[in-house]
Amino acid sequence: MAEPKPALDTLPIKAAARRLNFYYGDFHALKTIDMPIHDKRVTALIGPSGCGKSTFLRCFNRMHDLYPGNRYEGEIRLLPDNVNLLDKGVDPIEVRMRLSMVFQKPNPFPKTIFENIAYGLRVRNVNKRAILEEKVEEALRGAALWNEVKDRLHEQAFNLSGGQQQRLCIARALATQPEILLFDEPTSALDPIATASIEELIAELKQKVTILIVTHNMQQAARVSDFTAYMYLGEMIEFGWTDDIFIKPTNPQTEAYITGRFG
Amino acid sequence: MPHSEHLSKQFDSDLEDIRSRVLQMGGLVESQIRSAIECLSSGDYDLMAQVTDGDRQVNSYEVEIDDACAHVIARRQPAASDLRLIMAVSKIVTDLERTGDEAEKIARMARQIYDRGRLQIPRSADVRHAGELAVAMLRRVLDAMARLDAQEAERIIAADATIDGEFRGIVRQLVTYMMEDPRTISTALDIVWVAKAIERIGDHIKNVAEQVIYIVHGTDVRHTTREIVPESDGGN
Repeated sequence: MAEPKPALDTLPIKAAARRLNFYYGDFHALKTIDMPIHDKRVTALIGPSGCGKSTFLRCFNRMHDLYPGNRYEGEIRLLPDNVNLLDKGVDPIEVRMRLSMVFQKPNPFPKTIFENIAYGLRVRNVNKRAILEEKVEEALRGAALWNEVKDRLHEQAFNLSGGQQQRLCIARALATQPEILLFDEPTSALDPIATASIEELIAELKQKVTILIVTHNMQQAARVSDFTAYMYLGEMIEFGWTDDIFIKPTNPQTEAYITGRFG
Repeated sequence: MPHSEHLSKQFDSDLEDIRSRVLQMGGLVESQIRSAIECLSSGDYDLMAQVTDGDRQVNSYEVEIDDACAHVIARRQPAASDLRLIMAVSKIVTDLERTGDEAEKIARMARQIYDRGRLQIPRSADVRHAGELAVAMLRRVLDAMARLDAQEAERIIAADATIDGEFRGIVRQLVTYMMEDPRTISTALDIVWVAKAIERIGDHIKNVAEQVIYIVHGTDVRHTTREIVPESDGGN
């Protein structure tokens, strides 16, 4: 039986978007978004293609900086230090260490399993073998991959199955001990078994880290998340407890999307 | 509540089919109660047999509709108002089936009374009146479900108190008969069972009304105390 849910404003917040606008050149992709990201919870972003959910996710680790003409307005505050991630003075490389991204398709580096994970640590000037080994093991265990690869750490990452590669990417993201994990449709290229193991992993990871996940699969959002945000045409239409969004959404637009009446 | 259609027409037709079968089942149960009450005043043995047969049909409606709900859950993963409808229907059919059982019980009591050859039935007008109230309540709740009318459902919940009052009144009267003339005890007890069956029907209808509120608002009003909405005169 579901436990009574605490009031939203009593829950600790890890990050908050405040009056966030984003432009791809002239195109206004995100429109004045205000949204909390609750600490050590899973927040799912759902909405039809082109609604801005991936754009929103990518703001969190400054991915949009890689392309000219993109422009942010407003803030994404990371707590408790209250730094605005979008501030020009904030180094995007540092942001990406603190907020790691896992993508739709597994994208391991063309290196060994060990080096895939050690990479982020080496960037941080961790070079001692013993420490690297310890951190690699910790990350692989955290991504529920250790038992499968402990005897083949120096094989090429591409030899792993799709699901294992994705867990390797999660381990790689975990290695720098991020505060928030950003998942961009992490299972859309995986079969149902590999998907189930990633979902299981997400449930475990949220004990230690805050998770923000974009998914096209509404049932996945319902299964893995504590909070769900429904976005449409660059706007945040409704944000709330996942149970509420999937059982009694308050906004008719959310209702239409959730029930498959959209369009 | 959105009334627009799903992207999947098949999903629309699955839900529509479930909705209309619940209403058909409700209509059948309504006529079962009416016939059972009729048995009581007419002693028509054919009608009693008809009620017994009808109950089998009510039971098969319950099984079929529950199966259709499981089918929708498995294949469509309904959410929001669709999910609430499916959850509620699965409970509503249980209450309708039990209402049908109560109707059958009334017909059985009628047979027992007429087998005994007792043609003078004490308080029969009161029992008939309570039965008519129950029939009207059932019709209203089915209508409220079809129209997704939560306010009407609230009024129906309040109306259950009227049937409870009728039941207590009938029992009080029957006790006096039994005290005055012990020969009336068997029949009076049968009438108590009939009145009790009608009172239970009121409870089941109230449960259905609570589910209508759940479908519309997503709030679970079972086992809660709430302000009683006054019963309107034009309700039936």
